[in-house]
Amino acid sequence: MTAPKRRRRYPAPQPPVPPPPPGAAADDEPAGEAEREGEGKQPERLFVISGDGERVPLDLVTLIVARAEAPSRATPEQTAVLRMCAAPLSVAEISAYLRLPFSVVTVLITDLLTARLVQARAPIVRQQIPDRSLLEAVMHGLQRL
Amino acid sequence: MDSNASDTIPGPRAEDRLPPTTEAAAKIVIVGGFGVGKTTMVGSVSEIRPLTTEETMTQAGVGVDDDFGSASKTATTVAMDFGRIRITDQVVLYLFGTPGQERFWFLWNGLFEGALGAVVLVDTRRLEVSFEVMGRLEERGVPFVVGVNTFPDGPRYPLEDLRAALDLPPEIPIVECDVRRRASSRDVLMTLMRFLHSLTLTGSLT
Repeated sequence: MTAPKRRRRYPAPQPPVPPPPPGAAADDEPAGEAEREGEGKQPERLFVISGDGERVPLDLVTLIVARAEAPSRATPEQTAVLRMCAAPLSVAEISAYLRLPFSVVTVLITDLLTARLVQARAPIVRQQIPDRSLLEAVMHGLQRL
Repeated sequence: MDSNASDTIPGPRAEDRLPPTTEAAAKIVIVGGFGVGKTTMVGSVSEIRPLTTEETMTQAGVGVDDDFGSASKTATTVAMDFGRIRITDQVVLYLFGTPGQERFWFLWNGLFEGALGAVVLVDTRRLEVSFEVMGRLEERGVPFVVGVNTFPDGPRYPLEDLRAALDLPPEIPIVECDVRRRASSRDVLMTLMRFLHSLTLTGSLT
């Protein structure tokens, strides 16, 4: 056989997890994010407050749920998000249905989070040691397909 | 958005709505070169019609300083197809078919960092297309399995020859698949889940 040949790589040494920005856990309001926009060259990452008050970035599969009806001052996009999020919906799906880029949708949702019009449900992320009960549930779910 | 969408509200069909009890979502990434079958695989296992999320990347051209910044930037739209499978009333799984080029990955926050794992789809006619992807996943410590999407005109290699060519350690599963078939795509995902499950016992990787 004359297939092309690859050489395996190994994980790069992991940099230590950076500590949360000072005051991040104490600050309950995401409003401060807006003030820091445009600071420096790097775009600001967008954060939501998870259940335990910790800031997490909005992920493609963060689930968004409306907490209220659209107020009269809401933009058409905000109204559309609030309507489609009557049931939980991922940020990726909102982006697809609105036909807006992911980054635009994260801004839209950050505004709605700040206004407390929506709730964000943080995604399940990979752990160093995978969560066995989750994997078993997924296997069971796949078998039903 | 459509300009005549005044009476059609965008959003999922009634039967595609998740139950209000849905607490959290997990994701799996299907990655591979152009035309290898990522979108087909997403579509064959998804319970919803596959959707597309896009991101626009503005790229500085080469030699920015030479032409005084004029016309040196190009906007590239990168699209990613995805699908969804309901696991329980609390958990939902998303599958993203992702372009193989790593320079696009940063466009979506935590696409690989948060993913439970990845499926690398390879085409035996263009094996080398997947080399870079596998290397990047290894560097990032993202667990993956390899699906060999069988094309009628593709060369067939014994799996152990493929393992040697891809320089994959013996524990990483390699499976043949036909991603046009739901059962076959599902089996690849099951292989990934069993592999991740085995890592809980050995505690290796990452």
